[in-house]
Amino acid sequence: MAKATDLDVGYVSKLARLNLSDEETRLFQKQLADVLKYAEKLREVDVSRVEAAAHAVPMFNVFREDEPHPWFTAEEALSNAPHKANQLFIVTKVVE
Amino acid sequence: MSRADLPALTIADLQSRLRRKEISPRNVLESVRARIDAVESKIDAYLSIDFEAALKEAEKADVDLPLGGVPIAVKDIINVIGQPCTCGSKILGNYRSPYDATVIKKLRAAGAIPFGKTNMDEFAMGSSTENSSVKVTRNPWDLSRVPGGSSGGSAAAVAADAAFGGLGTDTGGSIRQPASLCGIVGVKPSYGRVSRFGVTAFASSLDQVGPLTKTVRDSAMIMNAMAGHDPYDSTSLPDAVPDYTKNLGRDLKGMRLGLPKEYMIEGIDLQVRSAVDAAIKQLQSLGAEIVDVTLPHTDYGIAVYYFLATAEASANLARFDGVRYGYRAKDPKDLLDHYGRTRGEGFGQEVKRRIILGTYVLSSGYYDAYYVRAQKVRELIRQDFVKAFEKVDAIVSPTSPVPAFKLGERTADPLAMYLADVFTNTGNLAGICGISVPCGLAKVNGSQLPIGLQVLGKSLDEARIFQIANAYEQSTDWHKQRPKI
Repeated sequence: MAKATDLDVGYVSKLARLNLSDEETRLFQKQLADVLKYAEKLREVDVSRVEAAAHAVPMFNVFREDEPHPWFTAEEALSNAPHKANQLFIVTKVVE
Repeated sequence: MSRADLPALTIADLQSRLRRKEISPRNVLESVRARIDAVESKIDAYLSIDFEAALKEAEKADVDLPLGGVPIAVKDIINVIGQPCTCGSKILGNYRSPYDATVIKKLRAAGAIPFGKTNMDEFAMGSSTENSSVKVTRNPWDLSRVPGGSSGGSAAAVAADAAFGGLGTDTGGSIRQPASLCGIVGVKPSYGRVSRFGVTAFASSLDQVGPLTKTVRDSAMIMNAMAGHDPYDSTSLPDAVPDYTKNLGRDLKGMRLGLPKEYMIEGIDLQVRSAVDAAIKQLQSLGAEIVDVTLPHTDYGIAVYYFLATAEASANLARFDGVRYGYRAKDPKDLLDHYGRTRGEGFGQEVKRRIILGTYVLSSGYYDAYYVRAQKVRELIRQDFVKAFEKVDAIVSPTSPVPAFKLGERTADPLAMYLADVFTNTGNLAGICGISVPCGLAKVNGSQLPIGLQVLGKSLDEARIFQIANAYEQSTDWHKQRPKI
Protein backbone atom coordinates (compact mmCIF):
# COMPACT_ATOMS: atom_id res chain seq x y z
CA MET A 1 0.00 0.00 0.00
CA ALA A 2 1.24 3.46 -0.87
CA LYS A 3 2.35 5.78 1.89
CA ALA A 4 -0.20 8.29 3.17
CA THR A 5 2.20 11.12 2.42
CA ASP A 6 1.88 10.37 -1.31
CA LEU A 7 -1.45 12.17 -1.35
CA ASP A 8 -1.14 15.52 -3.14
CA VAL A 9 -4.51 17.22 -2.59
CA GLY A 10 -3.71 20.00 -5.07
CA TYR A 11 -3.05 17.51 -7.87
CA VAL A 12 -6.07 15.31 -7.05
CA SER A 13 -8.36 18.36 -7.01
CA LYS A 14 -7.36 18.99 -10.65
CA LEU A 15 -8.23 15.38 -11.54
CA ALA A 16 -11.59 15.84 -9.80
CA ARG A 17 -12.34 19.18 -11.57
CA LEU A 18 -12.91 20.62 -8.11
CA ASN A 19 -11.38 23.96 -7.17
CA LEU A 20 -10.24 24.21 -3.55
CA SER A 21 -9.10 27.26 -1.63
CA ASP A 22 -5.55 27.22 -0.25
CA GLU A 23 -7.00 26.80 3.20
CA GLU A 24 -9.12 23.80 2.14
CA THR A 25 -6.11 22.24 0.42
CA ARG A 26 -4.01 22.52 3.58
CA LEU A 27 -6.85 21.28 5.82
CA PHE A 28 -7.70 18.27 3.63
CA GLN A 29 -4.02 17.39 3.26
CA LYS A 30 -3.77 16.97 7.01
CA GLN A 31 -7.19 15.40 7.64
CA LEU A 32 -6.96 12.89 4.80
CA ALA A 33 -3.42 11.94 5.85
CA ASP A 34 -4.99 10.94 9.19
CA VAL A 35 -7.71 8.94 7.43
CA LEU A 36 -5.16 7.18 5.20
CA LYS A 37 -3.01 6.41 8.23
CA TYR A 38 -6.03 4.86 9.96
CA ALA A 39 -6.78 2.84 6.81
CA GLU A 40 -3.27 1.38 6.70
CA LYS A 41 -4.66 -1.41 8.86
CA LEU A 42 -6.02 -2.93 5.63
CA ARG A 43 -2.44 -3.96 4.83
CA GLU A 44 -2.58 -6.52 7.64
CA VAL A 45 -5.27 -8.55 5.88
CA ASP A 46 -4.26 -11.54 3.75
CA VAL A 47 -6.27 -11.04 0.55
CA SER A 48 -4.14 -13.29 -1.67
CA ARG A 49 -6.97 -15.80 -2.20
CA VAL A 50 -9.90 -13.38 -2.28
CA GLU A 51 -11.83 -12.12 -5.32
CA ALA A 52 -12.65 -8.41 -5.25
CA ALA A 53 -16.37 -7.75 -4.62
CA ALA A 54 -17.83 -4.76 -6.42
CA HIS A 55 -21.28 -5.62 -5.04
CA ALA A 56 -22.53 -7.69 -2.12
CA VAL A 57 -25.30 -9.08 -4.33
CA PRO A 58 -23.74 -9.53 -7.76
CA MET A 59 -26.18 -9.37 -10.66
CA PHE A 60 -25.15 -9.67 -14.29
CA ASN A 61 -26.81 -9.07 -17.64
CA VAL A 62 -29.98 -7.46 -16.38
CA PHE A 63 -32.29 -6.79 -19.31
CA ARG A 64 -35.77 -5.46 -19.81
CA GLU A 65 -37.94 -5.31 -22.90
CA ASP A 66 -36.72 -2.63 -25.28
CA GLU A 67 -40.03 -0.86 -25.62
CA PRO A 68 -40.76 2.87 -25.83
CA HIS A 69 -42.49 4.44 -22.87
CA PRO A 70 -43.47 8.00 -21.94
CA TRP A 71 -40.68 10.08 -20.43
CA PHE A 72 -39.63 13.71 -20.14
CA THR A 73 -40.72 16.29 -22.66
CA ALA A 74 -38.00 18.71 -23.78
CA GLU A 75 -39.45 21.33 -21.39
CA GLU A 76 -39.26 18.92 -18.45
CA ALA A 77 -35.72 17.85 -19.31
CA LEU A 78 -34.68 21.51 -19.49
CA SER A 79 -36.68 22.61 -16.45
CA ASN A 80 -33.63 22.79 -14.16
CA ALA A 81 -31.03 23.95 -16.69
CA PRO A 82 -28.90 26.84 -15.39
CA HIS A 83 -28.69 28.23 -18.94
CA LYS A 84 -30.96 27.29 -21.85
CA ALA A 85 -32.29 28.71 -25.12
CA ASN A 86 -34.28 27.39 -28.10
CA GLN A 87 -35.01 24.10 -26.29
CA LEU A 88 -31.27 23.47 -25.86
CA PHE A 89 -28.81 23.38 -22.96
CA ILE A 90 -26.35 26.25 -23.37
CA VAL A 91 -22.85 25.13 -22.39
CA THR A 92 -19.58 26.92 -21.88
CA LYS A 93 -17.59 27.28 -25.07
CA VAL A 94 -15.41 24.20 -25.65
CA VAL A 95 -13.61 25.16 -28.91
CA GLU A 96 -11.48 28.16 -29.82
CA MET B 1 -59.06 12.26 21.32
CA SER B 2 -58.35 15.93 20.69
CA ARG B 3 -56.90 17.19 17.44
CA ALA B 4 -53.71 18.14 19.29
CA ASP B 5 -53.09 14.51 20.30
CA LEU B 6 -53.40 13.15 16.76
CA PRO B 7 -49.73 13.55 15.74
CA ALA B 8 -48.62 11.25 18.57
CA LEU B 9 -50.45 8.27 17.00
CA THR B 10 -48.65 5.43 15.29
CA ILE B 11 -49.43 4.84 11.62
CA ALA B 12 -51.30 1.64 12.54
CA ASP B 13 -53.52 3.53 15.05
CA LEU B 14 -54.01 6.39 12.63
CA GLN B 15 -55.13 3.99 9.92
CA SER B 16 -57.76 2.28 12.06
CA ARG B 17 -59.19 5.66 13.13
CA LEU B 18 -59.27 6.83 9.52
CA ARG B 19 -61.09 3.66 8.51
CA ARG B 20 -63.61 4.04 11.31
CA LYS B 21 -64.17 7.61 10.00
CA GLU B 22 -63.34 9.08 13.42
CA ILE B 23 -61.01 11.45 11.62
CA SER B 24 -60.47 12.50 8.02
CA PRO B 25 -57.20 12.63 6.06
CA ARG B 26 -57.63 16.42 6.09
CA ASN B 27 -57.82 16.48 9.93
CA VAL B 28 -54.67 14.35 10.02
CA LEU B 29 -52.71 16.64 7.75
CA GLU B 30 -53.87 19.76 9.60
CA SER B 31 -52.85 18.23 12.93
CA VAL B 32 -49.36 17.52 11.59
CA ARG B 33 -49.17 21.06 10.27
CA ALA B 34 -50.05 22.45 13.72
CA ARG B 35 -47.47 20.21 15.39
CA ILE B 36 -44.78 21.26 12.91
CA ASP B 37 -45.65 24.91 13.57
CA ALA B 38 -45.17 24.24 17.30
CA VAL B 39 -41.82 22.40 17.20
CA GLU B 40 -40.07 23.23 13.93
CA SER B 41 -38.39 26.39 15.25
CA LYS B 42 -36.71 24.19 17.89
CA ILE B 43 -35.66 21.17 15.81
CA ASP B 44 -35.38 22.50 12.21
CA ALA B 45 -36.19 19.10 10.69
CA TYR B 46 -37.78 20.21 7.41
CA LEU B 47 -36.27 21.87 4.34
CA SER B 48 -39.56 22.34 2.45
CA ILE B 49 -43.22 21.55 2.98
CA ASP B 50 -46.07 21.73 0.46
CA PHE B 51 -49.32 21.52 2.43
CA GLU B 52 -51.41 22.85 -0.44
CA ALA B 53 -50.48 19.95 -2.73
CA ALA B 54 -50.83 17.51 0.19
CA LEU B 55 -54.29 18.84 1.12
CA LYS B 56 -55.48 18.23 -2.43
CA GLU B 57 -54.32 14.64 -2.16
CA ALA B 58 -55.88 14.29 1.30
CA GLU B 59 -59.27 15.37 -0.10
CA LYS B 60 -59.32 12.41 -2.48
CA ALA B 61 -57.43 9.89 -0.29
CA ASP B 62 -58.80 6.35 -0.19
CA VAL B 63 -58.44 5.27 3.45
CA ASP B 64 -58.99 1.61 2.55
CA LEU B 65 -55.61 1.51 0.82
CA PRO B 66 -52.73 0.08 2.93
CA LEU B 67 -51.42 3.58 3.82
CA GLY B 68 -54.48 5.56 2.72
CA GLY B 69 -54.33 9.18 3.93
CA VAL B 70 -51.06 8.75 5.85
CA PRO B 71 -48.71 11.76 5.46
CA ILE B 72 -45.05 10.76 5.03
CA ALA B 73 -41.94 12.96 5.41
CA VAL B 74 -39.27 12.36 2.77
CA LYS B 75 -35.51 12.84 3.04
CA ASP B 76 -34.52 15.56 0.56
CA ILE B 77 -32.48 13.14 -1.56
CA ILE B 78 -35.58 11.35 -2.93
CA ASN B 79 -37.35 12.96 -5.90
CA VAL B 80 -40.99 13.99 -5.38
CA ILE B 81 -42.52 15.58 -8.47
CA GLY B 82 -42.83 19.37 -8.27
CA GLN B 83 -40.92 19.56 -4.96
CA PRO B 84 -37.36 20.74 -4.33
CA CYS B 85 -34.70 18.04 -3.99
CA THR B 86 -31.65 19.83 -2.65
CA CYS B 87 -29.80 16.84 -1.15
CA GLY B 88 -28.88 19.40 1.54
CA SER B 89 -26.55 21.06 -0.98
CA LYS B 90 -26.16 24.56 -2.37
CA ILE B 91 -25.40 23.01 -5.76
CA LEU B 92 -29.07 21.89 -6.02
CA GLY B 93 -30.49 24.96 -4.28
CA ASN B 94 -32.95 25.81 -7.09
CA TYR B 95 -33.66 22.26 -8.27
CA ARG B 96 -37.25 21.03 -8.60
CA SER B 97 -37.94 17.36 -9.29
CA PRO B 98 -39.56 16.75 -12.69
CA TYR B 99 -40.52 13.20 -11.64
CA ASP B 100 -41.32 10.86 -8.75
CA ALA B 101 -38.80 8.29 -7.50
CA THR B 102 -40.12 4.72 -7.72
CA VAL B 103 -40.49 4.55 -3.92
CA ILE B 104 -42.70 7.66 -4.05
CA LYS B 105 -44.80 6.19 -6.87
CA LYS B 106 -45.27 3.00 -4.86
CA LEU B 107 -46.15 4.87 -1.65
CA ARG B 108 -48.67 7.03 -3.52
CA ALA B 109 -50.21 3.86 -5.01
CA ALA B 110 -50.60 2.61 -1.41
CA GLY B 111 -52.39 5.87 -0.49
CA ALA B 112 -49.58 7.68 1.38
CA ILE B 113 -49.15 11.45 1.00
CA PRO B 114 -45.56 12.76 0.71
CA PHE B 115 -45.91 16.29 2.09
CA GLY B 116 -42.47 17.55 3.13
CA LYS B 117 -38.75 17.15 2.53
CA THR B 118 -36.41 16.67 5.47
CA ASN B 119 -32.94 17.94 6.29
CA MET B 120 -29.85 15.78 5.82
CA ASP B 121 -26.08 15.83 5.64
CA GLU B 122 -25.15 17.12 2.19
CA PHE B 123 -25.52 14.22 -0.30
CA ALA B 124 -26.01 11.93 2.74
CA MET B 125 -22.36 12.33 3.76
CA GLY B 126 -22.26 12.50 7.52
CA SER B 127 -23.50 11.08 10.80
CA SER B 128 -24.93 14.18 12.47
CA THR B 129 -26.87 16.24 9.85
CA GLU B 130 -24.41 19.07 10.62
CA ASN B 131 -23.08 18.84 7.05
CA SER B 132 -26.33 20.24 5.64
CA SER B 133 -25.59 23.42 3.70
CA VAL B 134 -28.99 24.82 4.75
CA LYS B 135 -29.35 24.45 8.50
CA VAL B 136 -28.60 22.34 11.55
CA THR B 137 -31.27 19.93 12.83
CA ARG B 138 -31.38 19.37 16.59
CA ASN B 139 -32.23 16.27 18.60
CA PRO B 140 -35.73 16.61 20.17
CA TRP B 141 -34.45 14.89 23.34
CA ASP B 142 -31.78 17.57 23.90
CA LEU B 143 -31.64 20.58 21.59
CA SER B 144 -27.88 21.00 22.19
CA ARG B 145 -27.24 17.60 20.60
CA VAL B 146 -27.23 16.11 17.09
CA PRO B 147 -30.10 13.96 15.81
CA GLY B 148 -27.58 11.66 14.09
CA GLY B 149 -27.35 11.41 10.36
CA SER B 150 -27.46 11.54 7.57
CA SER B 151 -31.26 11.08 7.72
CA GLY B 152 -31.41 13.34 10.81
CA GLY B 153 -34.32 15.47 9.60
CA SER B 154 -36.67 12.50 9.16
CA ALA B 155 -35.53 11.02 12.50
CA ALA B 156 -36.03 14.27 14.46
CA ALA B 157 -39.42 14.91 12.82
CA VAL B 158 -40.76 11.44 13.70
CA ALA B 159 -39.33 11.57 17.25
CA ALA B 160 -40.98 14.97 17.85
CA ASP B 161 -44.35 13.76 16.44
CA ALA B 162 -43.89 16.19 13.54
CA ALA B 163 -44.32 13.26 11.11
CA PHE B 164 -46.08 9.88 11.42
CA GLY B 165 -43.30 8.25 9.46
CA GLY B 166 -40.37 9.26 7.32
CA LEU B 167 -38.13 7.98 4.58
CA GLY B 168 -34.35 7.95 4.83
CA THR B 169 -31.42 6.45 2.99
CA ASP B 170 -28.77 4.27 4.60
CA THR B 171 -25.31 3.92 3.01
CA GLY B 172 -23.29 3.18 6.17
CA GLY B 173 -25.86 3.60 8.93
CA SER B 174 -27.69 6.78 7.91
CA ILE B 175 -31.16 5.44 8.86
CA ARG B 176 -30.32 3.18 11.82
CA GLN B 177 -27.94 5.58 13.62
CA PRO B 178 -30.28 8.64 13.66
CA ALA B 179 -33.20 6.34 14.59
CA SER B 180 -31.10 5.13 17.53
CA LEU B 181 -30.09 8.65 18.60
CA CYS B 182 -33.69 9.92 18.38
CA GLY B 183 -35.38 6.93 20.07
CA ILE B 184 -37.36 5.60 17.11
CA VAL B 185 -37.31 2.62 14.72
CA GLY B 186 -35.22 2.70 11.54
CA VAL B 187 -34.76 0.03 8.87
CA LYS B 188 -32.06 -0.57 6.28
CA PRO B 189 -33.50 -3.08 3.83
CA SER B 190 -31.32 -5.68 2.10
CA TYR B 191 -29.40 -4.33 -0.86
CA GLY B 192 -31.66 -4.52 -3.92
CA ARG B 193 -34.91 -4.88 -1.95
CA VAL B 194 -36.05 -1.26 -2.47
CA SER B 195 -35.63 0.61 -5.76
CA ARG B 196 -33.00 3.35 -5.90
CA PHE B 197 -34.49 4.93 -9.04
CA GLY B 198 -35.06 8.64 -8.41
CA VAL B 199 -32.82 8.64 -5.33
CA THR B 200 -29.70 10.75 -5.83
CA ALA B 201 -26.80 8.30 -5.73
CA PHE B 202 -24.06 8.59 -3.10
CA ALA B 203 -22.45 5.11 -3.12
CA SER B 204 -24.46 2.96 -5.51
CA SER B 205 -23.32 -0.43 -4.20
CA LEU B 206 -24.32 0.50 -0.62
CA ASP B 207 -27.33 2.89 -0.74
CA GLN B 208 -30.81 1.70 0.29
CA VAL B 209 -34.03 3.59 1.05
CA GLY B 210 -35.85 2.65 4.25
CA PRO B 211 -38.47 3.82 6.76
CA LEU B 212 -38.13 5.70 10.08
CA THR B 213 -41.17 5.25 12.33
CA LYS B 214 -42.42 5.13 15.92
CA THR B 215 -42.94 1.35 15.93
CA VAL B 216 -41.71 -1.78 14.17
CA ARG B 217 -45.20 -2.45 12.79
CA ASP B 218 -45.27 0.99 11.14
CA SER B 219 -41.95 0.27 9.43
CA ALA B 220 -43.23 -3.12 8.23
CA MET B 221 -46.31 -1.40 6.77
CA ILE B 222 -44.19 1.11 4.84
CA MET B 223 -41.88 -1.66 3.62
CA ASN B 224 -44.90 -3.64 2.38
CA ALA B 225 -45.76 -0.68 0.16
CA MET B 226 -42.23 0.26 -0.90
CA ALA B 227 -40.27 -2.97 -1.48
CA GLY B 228 -40.12 -4.92 -4.71
CA HIS B 229 -38.64 -5.18 -8.14
CA ASP B 230 -38.22 -2.10 -10.34
CA PRO B 231 -37.26 -2.44 -14.00
CA TYR B 232 -35.69 1.05 -13.75
CA ASP B 233 -33.09 -0.15 -11.21
CA SER B 234 -30.87 -2.93 -12.57
CA THR B 235 -29.70 -3.81 -9.03
CA SER B 236 -33.25 -4.32 -7.83
CA LEU B 237 -33.98 -7.94 -6.81
CA PRO B 238 -36.77 -9.86 -8.57
CA ASP B 239 -37.79 -11.87 -5.47
CA ALA B 240 -41.43 -11.68 -4.37
CA VAL B 241 -42.17 -9.40 -1.40
CA PRO B 242 -43.62 -11.23 1.62
CA ASP B 243 -46.10 -9.60 4.03
CA TYR B 244 -43.69 -8.03 6.52
CA THR B 245 -46.39 -7.82 9.19
CA LYS B 246 -47.11 -11.57 9.11
CA ASN B 247 -44.64 -12.53 11.89
CA LEU B 248 -45.48 -9.62 14.17
CA GLY B 249 -46.83 -10.66 17.57
CA ARG B 250 -45.02 -14.02 17.56
CA ASP B 251 -42.63 -14.94 20.38
CA LEU B 252 -39.01 -15.90 19.81
CA LYS B 253 -39.05 -19.59 20.80
CA GLY B 254 -36.41 -21.48 18.85
CA MET B 255 -34.86 -18.27 17.48
CA ARG B 256 -31.06 -18.28 17.59
CA LEU B 257 -29.50 -14.84 17.98
CA GLY B 258 -25.79 -14.22 17.50
CA LEU B 259 -23.80 -11.92 19.73
CA PRO B 260 -20.57 -10.88 17.96
CA LYS B 261 -17.70 -10.50 20.40
CA GLU B 262 -16.10 -7.89 18.12
CA TYR B 263 -18.95 -5.45 18.84
CA MET B 264 -18.25 -5.07 22.54
CA ILE B 265 -15.29 -2.82 21.80
CA GLU B 266 -13.43 -0.39 23.98
CA GLY B 267 -14.86 3.07 23.70
CA ILE B 268 -18.43 1.87 23.81
CA ASP B 269 -20.43 3.98 26.24
CA LEU B 270 -21.09 2.14 29.52
CA GLN B 271 -24.78 3.03 29.56
CA VAL B 272 -25.13 1.79 25.96
CA ARG B 273 -23.43 -1.43 26.95
CA SER B 274 -25.66 -2.08 29.97
CA ALA B 275 -28.82 -1.23 27.98
CA VAL B 276 -27.84 -3.72 25.27
CA ASP B 277 -26.95 -6.35 27.90
CA ALA B 278 -30.41 -5.89 29.44
CA ALA B 279 -32.03 -6.14 25.99
CA ILE B 280 -30.25 -9.43 25.38
CA LYS B 281 -31.61 -10.83 28.66
CA GLN B 282 -35.06 -9.66 27.60
CA LEU B 283 -34.70 -11.43 24.23
CA GLN B 284 -33.75 -14.62 26.12
CA SER B 285 -36.84 -14.32 28.31
CA LEU B 286 -38.91 -14.16 25.09
CA GLY B 287 -37.53 -17.56 24.09
CA ALA B 288 -34.47 -16.65 22.03
CA GLU B 289 -31.23 -18.56 22.42
CA ILE B 290 -28.13 -16.35 22.50
CA VAL B 291 -25.10 -17.76 20.67
CA ASP B 292 -21.60 -16.27 20.58
CA VAL B 293 -20.49 -15.58 17.01
CA THR B 294 -17.41 -14.02 15.52
CA LEU B 295 -17.17 -11.46 12.72
CA PRO B 296 -13.37 -11.27 12.61
CA HIS B 297 -13.07 -8.55 9.93
CA THR B 298 -15.36 -6.04 11.69
CA ASP B 299 -12.44 -3.83 12.68
CA TYR B 300 -11.65 -3.18 8.98
CA GLY B 301 -15.19 -2.07 8.14
CA ILE B 302 -14.71 1.69 8.48
CA ALA B 303 -11.50 1.70 6.41
CA VAL B 304 -13.12 -0.41 3.66
CA TYR B 305 -16.27 1.70 3.77
CA TYR B 306 -14.46 5.03 3.41
CA PHE B 307 -12.44 3.85 0.43
CA LEU B 308 -15.37 2.26 -1.43
CA ALA B 309 -18.03 4.84 -0.54
CA THR B 310 -15.81 7.80 -1.45
CA ALA B 311 -14.65 6.14 -4.69
CA GLU B 312 -18.26 5.55 -5.75
CA ALA B 313 -19.23 9.06 -4.63
CA SER B 314 -16.44 10.70 -6.63
CA ALA B 315 -17.84 9.02 -9.76
CA ASN B 316 -21.53 9.62 -8.93
CA LEU B 317 -21.02 13.29 -8.09
CA ALA B 318 -19.29 13.93 -11.43
CA ARG B 319 -22.82 14.53 -12.75
CA PHE B 320 -22.90 17.85 -10.91
CA ASP B 321 -21.19 19.83 -13.65
CA GLY B 322 -23.46 22.88 -13.92
CA VAL B 323 -24.82 21.93 -17.35
CA ARG B 324 -28.15 20.11 -17.10
CA TYR B 325 -29.23 21.18 -13.61
CA GLY B 326 -27.96 22.85 -10.49
CA TYR B 327 -25.64 25.73 -9.76
CA ARG B 328 -23.30 27.11 -12.42
CA ALA B 329 -20.39 29.45 -11.63
CA LYS B 330 -20.67 32.97 -13.09
CA ASP B 331 -18.80 33.89 -16.29
CA PRO B 332 -16.45 30.92 -16.67
CA LYS B 333 -13.45 31.74 -18.87
CA ASP B 334 -13.23 28.19 -20.25
CA LEU B 335 -14.58 24.69 -19.60
CA LEU B 336 -12.05 23.76 -16.90
CA ASP B 337 -12.82 26.99 -15.07
CA HIS B 338 -16.54 26.23 -15.47
CA TYR B 339 -16.22 22.77 -13.89
CA GLY B 340 -13.69 23.66 -11.21
CA ARG B 341 -15.50 26.74 -9.92
CA THR B 342 -19.04 25.33 -10.28
CA ARG B 343 -18.09 22.36 -8.12
CA GLY B 344 -15.76 24.27 -5.79
CA GLU B 345 -18.42 26.92 -5.10
CA GLY B 346 -21.39 24.51 -5.09
CA PHE B 347 -20.21 21.66 -2.84
CA GLY B 348 -19.71 21.89 0.92
CA GLN B 349 -16.56 20.90 2.74
CA GLU B 350 -17.32 17.25 3.64
CA VAL B 351 -18.45 16.50 0.09
CA LYS B 352 -15.25 18.02 -1.30
CA ARG B 353 -13.16 16.06 1.19
CA ARG B 354 -14.78 12.79 0.12
CA ILE B 355 -14.52 13.54 -3.61
CA ILE B 356 -10.78 14.14 -3.11
CA LEU B 357 -10.32 10.90 -1.16
CA GLY B 358 -12.42 8.94 -3.66
CA THR B 359 -10.62 10.38 -6.67
CA TYR B 360 -7.30 9.57 -5.01
CA VAL B 361 -8.10 5.91 -4.29
CA LEU B 362 -9.25 5.46 -7.90
CA SER B 363 -6.29 7.28 -9.44
CA SER B 364 -3.54 5.62 -11.44
CA GLY B 365 -0.95 3.98 -9.20
CA TYR B 366 -3.24 3.74 -6.15
CA TYR B 367 -6.24 1.87 -7.57
CA ASP B 368 -4.93 -1.62 -6.76
CA ALA B 369 -3.41 -0.69 -3.44
CA TYR B 370 -6.51 1.04 -2.09
CA TYR B 371 -9.65 0.38 -4.10
CA VAL B 372 -9.14 -3.25 -5.13
CA ARG B 373 -7.74 -4.21 -1.73
CA ALA B 374 -10.77 -2.63 -0.04
CA GLN B 375 -13.07 -4.61 -2.35
CA LYS B 376 -11.32 -7.81 -1.34
CA VAL B 377 -11.64 -7.05 2.37
CA ARG B 378 -15.30 -6.24 1.68
CA GLU B 379 -15.68 -9.79 0.41
CA LEU B 380 -14.13 -11.12 3.64
CA ILE B 381 -16.58 -9.03 5.67
CA ARG B 382 -19.45 -10.46 3.61
CA GLN B 383 -18.16 -14.00 4.21
CA ASP B 384 -17.98 -13.31 7.99
CA PHE B 385 -21.76 -12.77 7.94
CA VAL B 386 -22.43 -15.77 5.68
CA LYS B 387 -20.56 -18.00 8.17
CA ALA B 388 -22.29 -16.44 11.19
CA PHE B 389 -25.74 -16.89 9.62
CA GLU B 390 -25.03 -20.62 9.23
CA LYS B 391 -25.23 -20.78 13.03
CA VAL B 392 -27.81 -18.12 13.89
CA ASP B 393 -31.04 -16.58 12.55
CA ALA B 394 -30.03 -12.97 13.27
CA ILE B 395 -27.32 -10.91 14.98
CA VAL B 396 -27.84 -8.37 17.77
CA SER B 397 -25.60 -5.44 18.75
CA PRO B 398 -25.73 -1.80 19.76
CA THR B 399 -26.69 0.46 16.83
CA SER B 400 -24.34 3.27 17.85
CA PRO B 401 -21.46 3.04 20.36
CA VAL B 402 -22.61 6.30 22.00
CA PRO B 403 -25.85 8.22 22.57
CA ALA B 404 -26.39 11.57 20.80
CA PHE B 405 -23.27 13.73 20.93
CA LYS B 406 -23.12 17.52 21.23
CA LEU B 407 -23.51 19.78 18.21
CA GLY B 408 -20.01 20.70 17.02
CA GLU B 409 -18.32 18.01 19.10
CA ARG B 410 -17.03 15.96 16.14
CA THR B 411 -17.11 18.37 13.18
CA ALA B 412 -13.41 19.27 13.37
CA ASP B 413 -12.29 15.63 13.24
CA PRO B 414 -13.67 13.72 10.21
CA LEU B 415 -12.25 10.41 11.44
CA ALA B 416 -14.09 10.66 14.79
CA MET B 417 -17.32 11.33 12.84
CA TYR B 418 -16.66 8.35 10.57
CA LEU B 419 -16.33 6.05 13.59
CA ALA B 420 -19.98 6.78 14.52
CA ASP B 421 -20.91 4.13 11.93
CA VAL B 422 -18.68 1.38 13.35
CA PHE B 423 -21.57 -1.06 14.09
CA THR B 424 -23.70 -0.26 11.06
CA ASN B 425 -21.43 0.06 8.01
CA THR B 426 -20.56 -3.65 7.73
CA GLY B 427 -24.25 -4.40 7.15
CA ASN B 428 -24.14 -2.20 4.03
CA LEU B 429 -20.87 -3.74 2.86
CA ALA B 430 -22.41 -7.24 3.19
CA GLY B 431 -25.74 -6.21 1.60
CA ILE B 432 -27.79 -7.60 4.50
CA CYS B 433 -30.79 -6.05 6.28
CA GLY B 434 -30.85 -4.33 9.67
CA ILE B 435 -33.18 -2.53 12.07
CA SER B 436 -32.67 -0.27 15.07
CA VAL B 437 -35.24 -0.36 17.88
CA PRO B 438 -35.23 1.72 21.11
CA CYS B 439 -33.76 -0.20 24.07
CA GLY B 440 -33.00 2.34 26.77
CA LEU B 441 -32.34 5.90 27.87
CA ALA B 442 -28.92 7.10 28.95
CA LYS B 443 -28.73 9.83 31.57
CA VAL B 444 -26.14 12.42 30.53
CA ASN B 445 -25.81 15.78 32.29
CA GLY B 446 -29.50 15.88 33.21
CA SER B 447 -30.69 14.84 29.75
CA GLN B 448 -32.25 11.54 28.79
CA LEU B 449 -30.77 10.23 25.55
CA PRO B 450 -32.15 7.24 23.63
CA ILE B 451 -30.16 4.05 23.00
CA GLY B 452 -30.83 1.70 20.09
CA LEU B 453 -30.56 -2.07 19.67
CA GLN B 454 -29.55 -3.25 16.21
CA VAL B 455 -30.84 -6.53 14.76
CA LEU B 456 -29.10 -7.68 11.57
CA GLY B 457 -30.61 -10.34 9.31
CA LYS B 458 -29.65 -12.29 6.20
CA SER B 459 -30.28 -10.75 2.80
CA LEU B 460 -34.06 -10.70 2.14
CA ASP B 461 -34.82 -11.85 5.70
CA GLU B 462 -36.61 -8.62 6.69
CA ALA B 463 -39.69 -10.47 7.98
CA ARG B 464 -37.55 -12.17 10.62
CA ILE B 465 -35.83 -9.03 11.92
CA PHE B 466 -39.25 -7.34 12.08
CA GLN B 467 -40.48 -10.28 14.19
CA ILE B 468 -37.51 -10.07 16.59
CA ALA B 469 -37.60 -6.28 16.92
CA ASN B 470 -41.39 -6.28 17.36
CA ALA B 471 -41.32 -9.01 20.04
CA TYR B 472 -38.65 -7.06 21.94
CA GLU B 473 -40.39 -3.69 21.47
CA GLN B 474 -43.80 -4.91 22.61
CA SER B 475 -42.32 -6.49 25.76
CA THR B 476 -40.74 -3.18 26.84
CA ASP B 477 -41.89 0.43 27.21
CA TRP B 478 -38.95 2.08 25.49
CA HIS B 479 -40.87 2.83 22.29
CA LYS B 480 -43.52 4.68 24.31
CA GLN B 481 -40.98 7.17 25.71
CA ARG B 482 -41.23 10.50 23.90
CA PRO B 483 -39.10 13.62 24.22
CA LYS B 484 -40.69 16.49 26.13
CA ILE B 485 -40.73 19.15 23.47
